[in-house]
Amino acid sequence: MVTFLLRRLLSSALTLLAIVLLSFFLMRLVPGGPFDQERALSPEVRQALEKKYGLNDPMPVQCLRYLGRLATGDLGPSLSQPDRSVNRILAEGLPRSALLGATALFIALLVGGLAGVYAALHHNQAADYAAMGLVMLGVSIPSMVLAPLLVTLFALTLHWLPTSGWGTVGHLVLPATALGLAYAARIARLTRGGMLEVLRQDFIRTARAKGLSEPAIVRRHALRLGLGPLVSYLGPATASILTGSFVIEQIFDIPGMGRHFVNAATSRDYTLALGTVIVYSTLLIVLNLVVDLVHAILDPRIRLE
Amino acid sequence: MSAAQLPESMSPGRLAFRRLVANRLAAVSAGFLLLLGLLALLAPLLAPYPYEAVNLPEALTPPSGSHWLGTDALGRDLLSRLLYGARVSLAVGVVATLVSLVIGVSYGAIAGYVGGRTDNLMMRFVDVLYGLPFMFLVILIVMVAGRSLLNLFIALGAVQWLTTARIVRGQVLSLKEREFVEAARGLGAGPCRIIFRHIVPNLLGVVIVYATLNVPAVMLQEAFLSFLGLGVEHPMPSWGTLIAEGARSMEVCPWLMVFPGVTFSLTLLSLNFLGDGLRDALDPHAA
Repeated sequence: MVTFLLRRLLSSALTLLAIVLLSFFLMRLVPGGPFDQERALSPEVRQALEKKYGLNDPMPVQCLRYLGRLATGDLGPSLSQPDRSVNRILAEGLPRSALLGATALFIALLVGGLAGVYAALHHNQAADYAAMGLVMLGVSIPSMVLAPLLVTLFALTLHWLPTSGWGTVGHLVLPATALGLAYAARIARLTRGGMLEVLRQDFIRTARAKGLSEPAIVRRHALRLGLGPLVSYLGPATASILTGSFVIEQIFDIPGMGRHFVNAATSRDYTLALGTVIVYSTLLIVLNLVVDLVHAILDPRIRLE
Repeated sequence: MSAAQLPESMSPGRLAFRRLVANRLAAVSAGFLLLLGLLALLAPLLAPYPYEAVNLPEALTPPSGSHWLGTDALGRDLLSRLLYGARVSLAVGVVATLVSLVIGVSYGAIAGYVGGRTDNLMMRFVDVLYGLPFMFLVILIVMVAGRSLLNLFIALGAVQWLTTARIVRGQVLSLKEREFVEAARGLGAGPCRIIFRHIVPNLLGVVIVYATLNVPAVMLQEAFLSFLGLGVEHPMPSWGTLIAEGARSMEVCPWLMVFPGVTFSLTLLSLNFLGDGLRDALDPHAA
């Protein structure tokens, strides 16, 4: 177990390093620099700025300098938002995106998990078909369509909730629902599939034969294994949901991390773009590691070598 | 005497086709998608107005006899824009998926067949790309290659091949141990011929199922990019840009949001039903 963890941590660190290097050089391939767009800049000012941020040094030097700073946890100054460090920008945006994402994930797990288990227990009955029909709708209606509809209904017509913005619990409800429902639909499908697979197996028959009640079978025996496919999906899904959806944050005007993904790349803010990528990739790698560990805990047949 | 009485004499392809047609939801979905494709193809003939024709006096008119689906803020006919948008959105789904298939199948098949260190290295590269946010990659590729419709297709395809490569590699690992590959090798076939003539045709079923379910995912990503203003360029419409424009004026003119939104959702729904139907038809053992 400990060797497994150590090996995985080492390979994760290497993967992360490769991701940083790849994004670093990919960003520099993009024609144009961070100070090209503002026409007001005179050549002298621009040169001074490029010198200040060391953009004229040879590429390997810049890369090593970046990695050296990164090792101390410093993501550098933002190039498009002067006077602000990337650490500060992300420290402001990430908690908001994470709160939105966590709420959405909670909604998705609650709705999707319950619907999936319920459908599996009523396999091929009307309830199963109804639930799976709703799930299909949930998968197919994009959040960019669902969100304006929710706003029109609950904010503009019924006036129950604010249309957009950030700050109160009320501001969280609509974006989290719009973001979470698509995930809920996929979670329901995976839960149902996993549960159906497990309910057919011999040890469930054994549990029935020894007289366990149906709820006890589900809770104590079936859920553990039936959640396997769901756990695999949750790793990457959590990473993308926690870093926020660009579109949802844009529609609801939420000052989260999503917009930095897009703006930093288009404005060639190298440091901010790399910062967002590093946060996202670290999250993804850590969550995938957690997924493997959870698999081993849920399924006694899996041994971590 | 008919084929139905002798099902065992039918080819696997025909059997799969029968099962697909028997699945009513999948058949209806396929019909809807065919119709949509036809409408998109014939858009220049069917569209009542040019998609970019600005007509300010008629801006924001609700659906009526002269504009069946109403007009947008510049007085452009929504039906015409929806028809032309279908061309972009459907083409993105198909072309980007094809691009991802070509890359993913070749990459996965080579990695799986060659095996050893090469395989290890190739799959580590896939792991690294998996760790990057796809939106970031797409934006970078479009910025490096220049913003055009073709580059958008390629960029979306170029980030979608990772899962295909993984699936194909897994299949190849087991297929390459089978006797028919041994036989081909014994007859003197080279690795290239074995991979693309003997192994790849055997895993097309799995790949087709995955590709069908990949089409709606790609269409969604194009819509997201266009929604954020990074997709197709003005004034060319795609469903993503139409929905983005509609979302902004939802309270005053709901039709601008509702028609593209419903069309897009119905298309995704049909693609998902068709994908599920294909999976059941081609691989009856899977759930």
